[in-house]
Formats: sequence, structure tokens, C-alpha cells
Amino acid sequence: MSTTPVGIIGEFTEVNATISAAEKLRDAGFRNWDIHTPYAVHGLDKAMGVKRSMLSYFSFVGLVGGLSTALGLQYWTGAIDYKLNIGGKGFFDWQFSIPIDFELSILGTALLTVAGLFHLCRLPTWYNRYQNDESFKKATDDTFVVTIDSDDDRFSADGTQDMLRKLGAANVHLVNASAE
Amino acid sequence: MTVVQEQERLQNSLHNEEPVREGLVLGNPSMRDVTARIASIVESKITMKYLATLAVTGGMAAWGVFALYYTFTTGIGAWGLNNPVGWGWDITNFVFWIGIGHAGTLISAILFLFHQKWRTAINRSAEAMTIFAVICALTMVLSHTGRPWLFYWLLPYPNQMQMWVNFRSPLAWDVFAVNTYFTVSALFWFVGLIPDLATLRNYVKSDLAKKIYGVLSLGWTGSTRGWHHYEIAYMILAGISTPLVLSVHSVVSFDFTVGILPGWHTTIFPPYFVAGAIFSGFAMVMTLLVITREILDLKQFITLKHFDNMNKIILATGMMVGYAYAMEMFIAWYSGSDWERWVFINRAMGDYSWAYWTMVLCNVISPQVYWFKKARRSIPLMFVISIFVNIGMWFERFTIISTTLHHDFLPASWGYYSPTWVEISILIGTFGIFLTLFLLFAKFVPVIAIAEIKSILPGSQPKHHHAEHQI
Repeated sequence: MSTTPVGIIGEFTEVNATISAAEKLRDAGFRNWDIHTPYAVHGLDKAMGVKRSMLSYFSFVGLVGGLSTALGLQYWTGAIDYKLNIGGKGFFDWQFSIPIDFELSILGTALLTVAGLFHLCRLPTWYNRYQNDESFKKATDDTFVVTIDSDDDRFSADGTQDMLRKLGAANVHLVNASAE
Repeated sequence: MTVVQEQERLQNSLHNEEPVREGLVLGNPSMRDVTARIASIVESKITMKYLATLAVTGGMAAWGVFALYYTFTTGIGAWGLNNPVGWGWDITNFVFWIGIGHAGTLISAILFLFHQKWRTAINRSAEAMTIFAVICALTMVLSHTGRPWLFYWLLPYPNQMQMWVNFRSPLAWDVFAVNTYFTVSALFWFVGLIPDLATLRNYVKSDLAKKIYGVLSLGWTGSTRGWHHYEIAYMILAGISTPLVLSVHSVVSFDFTVGILPGWHTTIFPPYFVAGAIFSGFAMVMTLLVITREILDLKQFITLKHFDNMNKIILATGMMVGYAYAMEMFIAWYSGSDWERWVFINRAMGDYSWAYWTMVLCNVISPQVYWFKKARRSIPLMFVISIFVNIGMWFERFTIISTTLHHDFLPASWGYYSPTWVEISILIGTFGIFLTLFLLFAKFVPVIAIAEIKSILPGSQPKHHHAEHQI
């Protein structure tokens, strides 16, 4: 097994303590770190100083894309490519286009929202540097797991561990690169 | 701890951020208890009882598939449809199933936007039910085309005839609406599942299960940076699903209203259909959850409080549906149109009056017991009523379709429609498909949103913290 640490892990079990720790770590200037939680904790992202999500821009692009596809498709096929008189109705009218405009706008928004979510969260990534750590696995169960990566500028194997312990983290330990 | 003590304890715990109400989760479980309780269902041994049930529903599905095969190889003539009734059980079943799905989206999207926390215990199964119901609806509508192998004719694609679909037709709108509905519901469901699949990945013991849940969870770690995007994605999906759920059944109702037949050509149809869809969907959720809760022993999470709330929605939407029935009658009279009047008199007193009054009895009369709290909290009663509502809502669609068609403008062509064994088998088959999928879901997928339940446990969210005001 290699001895180079990839990061440090610490466990919290109480949500308010986790929030305070997040604020302290944020103020200490750490960048490559995260807190893994079993559910979305309100305000933890703010406490960590995570910037506003770009996701809604993806959704908006999807909305515009879906709407313009719907309008373009109905206009081009009906009024340009093949004009077919059906019951004397217009070749294209915004009124009858509404149901499909609406549905494709929703579809486009949903597809791009999920695509954007996957992109921003880097899903799927079937590997994580901490994946074999027992503490890390508890993050999907009942523990708030702080991870600080060794490639962070402020990382120091001993100093950062001490800091986490002072913040109240339990079971603080170094994680070494796994053998595989 | 009894439920009463439980409630008292919650009343006393004033330090909670949430206003203290009747507990949504009983027994005060820890997060680990929640994980273990729900994830262990996946790990539990497959019992003979489960396999036997699966064999029955699978048999129903297989029988339905055989009837579909018979239809496709023989032609639609295998069904009881003929002049003047060209739509029968096929479209009845389609509207029935697509309506069932609406409760899932209502619970997952609309109740989410209204911060109705009680939805967390039931949203997962309701959303699953939505997807399975839409699969049944798609089966019906595809088989009703007669030559389902040409389904792609419904889509606008460049072809050698240089023709496009007719976008002025509500039938084309329906293709877009139903497919969008299926896609968005499936995405919403899957996004909701990701954190729970990650929980399962870390919980299960067998290597194969670990691999499967590991791949499906896409490597979700519960990272706060991930949750940060995730919560916004969930909010946006809920936001767009809300108008979607209202639109889908409206578009389905356009299939009728845009036609000029008496009894179909009415402006009340879109809201009436949407209310009916939510009504029938909640009834189906109720039927399934009463059983699931008992068998999987989820009484801790799916409580009488949940059922009480759902029954209130059933009562409210049932009243809306009843109002629509009355208003249809009134407008038929008020319109002054002889044909409209006659169709509605015929609906209530003609050949299909038995179907009409079954519908009224099941949909309008039976939910009235829910004015009483005792009734809203009685498991056997709500099970019976939910079945009644399912039956009633099926008959509503049947009544609308058959009464308008069987007596058309020309008395010489009047007729009476009844289904053949093939149509009956297909209906049984769709129930088989639906129940089989639900059984597989209940065994292999977390039936309750684990992460969401954890987020509503007392003390799970921080107290109002200065951090929120800092940025």
C-alpha cells in the first residue's frame, strides 16, 4: 500500500456542529474539501461557501431549445415544407401549436436539467478516492463526513487533522491511496 | 412507546425547528434505523409468498400479452368495436391508466412545492406507480392503433411520402403529451432515487448487489456540493412537473372535446379530467399502500396521518368530479341543443344507465364517508372505498365514451357495444403488468425515499443559524 495520503476524513454526527465546522473550514481558506451527508442539510452549502448553482442556466437553455424546436417544427412542416389544407384550418397558427409548444418546452427543460445536474455533479463517476474508507461509507447512512483533499494548498497531514479534531470531529484519520 | 405517548413527546419537544404536529415518522427512529428498516427490504430473502404473488400477476400479464398477440395477428376486429362505437375499452383503459399516474406526479411535484412534508413517505411508491400506469396506458394506446409496429408513423420524421404528422390534431398532441409525461416522470423518479441507491450500495452485502446498486447510483457520495445542485434540480423538476400534470390530462380530454360530438364537445372537460385523474390516482395509491404498508411493515413511516390527508384529497377531488357531473347535466339543458340534452338524458336513463349510476355511486356517494375522521382513519374502510373509486373512475371513462358513440345522429346506425374476451383479457393483462412491475419495485428499490425521510426527522435540520444571514 502506498503511503501518500490522498486526504483526511473526519466524522460529525450532530448537524449544528457540522455547520459551525463548515464555516470555520471555509474561513480557513480550504478549497478542495467537502462534507458528505445522508440528506440535504439546509444551509450547509452556504456555510461551506459553495457558490450559486449554474443549473438553472442549463434548464433555461432546455426550455428555449424545446420551445423553439416545437415552434420551428410545426411552422416549417405545416407552412413551408408541405402545405396541407385540413378542414380549412391555417397551415400554422400559434393557437393550435400551444399544446406541443408546451410539452416540448417541458421536455427540453427536464432533459437539460438532468443533463446539467449530471454534468455539475460529475455523474456518473464510478470512482472516488475515499471509496474504500469505512467512515466515508457512513455518509449515506447517518454521519456527516468531512473530507479534505491532500491537493488543497492548505493541507498538512498533521495540522489539518488537529484542526478537524478541535472542531469536534470524531475518528479523524488520514486516508492513503488504495492499493488498487 | 405508544402512539399517544409519541404524540405527547413531540408536543413537548419545543426546540424543534419545525412546528410540532402529529409525527410523520413514528417511534423516533435514528437515521441508522431508517436506513436499516428500508434498505433491509432489499436484502430480505425472497419468500414463497412473494414468488406466488408474482406468479399470479405475471400470469395475468402473460394472458394479456397473449390477448394482444391475438389482436395483432387477427386485427382490431377481434374486439367488440363496430359501427357506431369505434372506441371502447381500449380508450377507456388508456384514459383510466393515464389518469392513475397523475397522483404520483401530484404527490411528488405539487405537494413538494407546497412544502407538504407528509409526501416524503409516499412519494417514491406513488411516482413508481405513475411510471407503471403510463406504461399500461402506452400499451393500450399502441394496441388500439391496430398495427403497433407502425407506431413511428405517429412521430414527425422525414419519410418517402414527404408527409408530416397533422399538428392540428389533438391525437398528435396526445403523442407528445404522453411521451413527455413518461420521460419527465421517469427522470424525476430516477433523480429522486440516486441518493437512496447510493445508500443501498453501501448497505447491501452481496457483491453482485453492490455492483448493481453501485452502477445505478452513478457514484453519488452525498457530497454537499452535489446536494447543492441536486436540490435545485429537484425544485426545477417539481416546478415543471406541476403544469405538466395539469396539461397531460387536459390534452387527453382534447381527444374528446375537439371533436364535435354531443357529450364530448364541452369546455368543462380539461379541469374535470384533471380532477378525476387525481381522484383515481389517489385511490390507486391508497389501494397499493394499504397492502404494501402491511406486508413490508412500514407502519412507522406510512401512518394514519398520511392516509387521513390522502382521504381528504380523495374527498375533495371526488366532490369536484361530482360537481362536474352535475354541471355537465346542467349545461346540456342550458345549451338548448336538443342533441346535447338527449345525449345526457340517454346517459342517465338509456342503455348504459347502469354504467352511469355505478359511476355516480362509486365516485360521488362513496367518498362522502370521509367527512368523518373515523372513516378517514379506518384501514378496511379506506381500502374498500379506494377500490370503489377505482371502479367508478373506470366507469366514468367508459360512460363518456360509449354513451356518446352508441347512439349517434342517425338512429338507423344505433347499436350497443360490449367487449369480447380479448378486450377483457387485455384489461386484466394491464393490471398484471402494473402489479408485476410494482411488486418488483417494492422488493428491489427503496420503497420509501430514505434521504427525504432522514431530512424530516426531528433535529435533522440545523436551528436557524447565523450562516443563513451571512451570505
